[in-house]
Amino acid sequence: MTSDALTANGKIEKVSIIVSKGSLEGIYPALIMANGARAEGIEANLFFTFFGLDAIHKARHEHIKLATVGNPGLHLATWAGGLPGVSSVMTHYMGHKMGQLDIPPIPEFIEMIADTGAGLYACKASVDLFGLTKDDFIDQVKDIITVGEFYDLAGGGQIIFT
Amino acid sequence: MSTKVYAGTEVTVDDDGFFADPHQWRAEMAPQLARESGIDTLTAQHWQVVKFMRHEYTEKGTGPSVRALSKTSGVSIKELYQLFPKGPAKLAAKIAGIPKPRGCI
Repeated sequence: MTSDALTANGKIEKVSIIVSKGSLEGIYPALIMANGARAEGIEANLFFTFFGLDAIHKARHEHIKLATVGNPGLHLATWAGGLPGVSSVMTHYMGHKMGQLDIPPIPEFIEMIADTGAGLYACKASVDLFGLTKDDFIDQVKDIITVGEFYDLAGGGQIIFT
Repeated sequence: MSTKVYAGTEVTVDDDGFFADPHQWRAEMAPQLARESGIDTLTAQHWQVVKFMRHEYTEKGTGPSVRALSKTSGVSIKELYQLFPKGPAKLAAKIAGIPKPRGCI
């Protein structure tokens, strides 16, 4: 934390949120925090890296699944979580519950966050690793940036890794 | 809680400057509230949102979050942030003299 990140009254002025996971429960918290930051008048940037890139991938962001294996919080036996279709059913159920609370689906949520003025960026190392290009991403993605450029962008604010 | 004077009338506000009693609010107070929130001039579009916030509060007992505000008022998220750069629902609620909306989305 730098002193610049805080005003005299101790309020956060800027956040840079890293999204590194490609599961439903890995992506939503970051989106909620980014959107919530903007609603409070806090500057926000989202940096998508590794499997988190799926959240801004044109062909994949509509198909983000809940992890039903290796997720003890679901209170579901691991073998049951691995059965065909279980992840889809649980994802559908979760989407239904979220819809009742007016939490938008991921593609709509990301578009909304871009509309709030938050910056969306893809991590260059991960983009290269997965053999992707700018065309693979939704139009709201401002740029593919290096880790150094990310730190420049995050300067004077808080960094949140999810 | 503390008191502040808007348009010549003393009102009670909470620690963040939101009206503790929405009944104390009058339209004449809005320009000063707006200036304190960094908005120099209230345009017709600002007023549309402010009036809508008050309307929603009267109907539902709470002001809407940004998403709900956009969906129900018809003003896009982009426009809302252009009008109220430091947080549309929060600032519009403050200017409208209603409590800060509580919501995560």
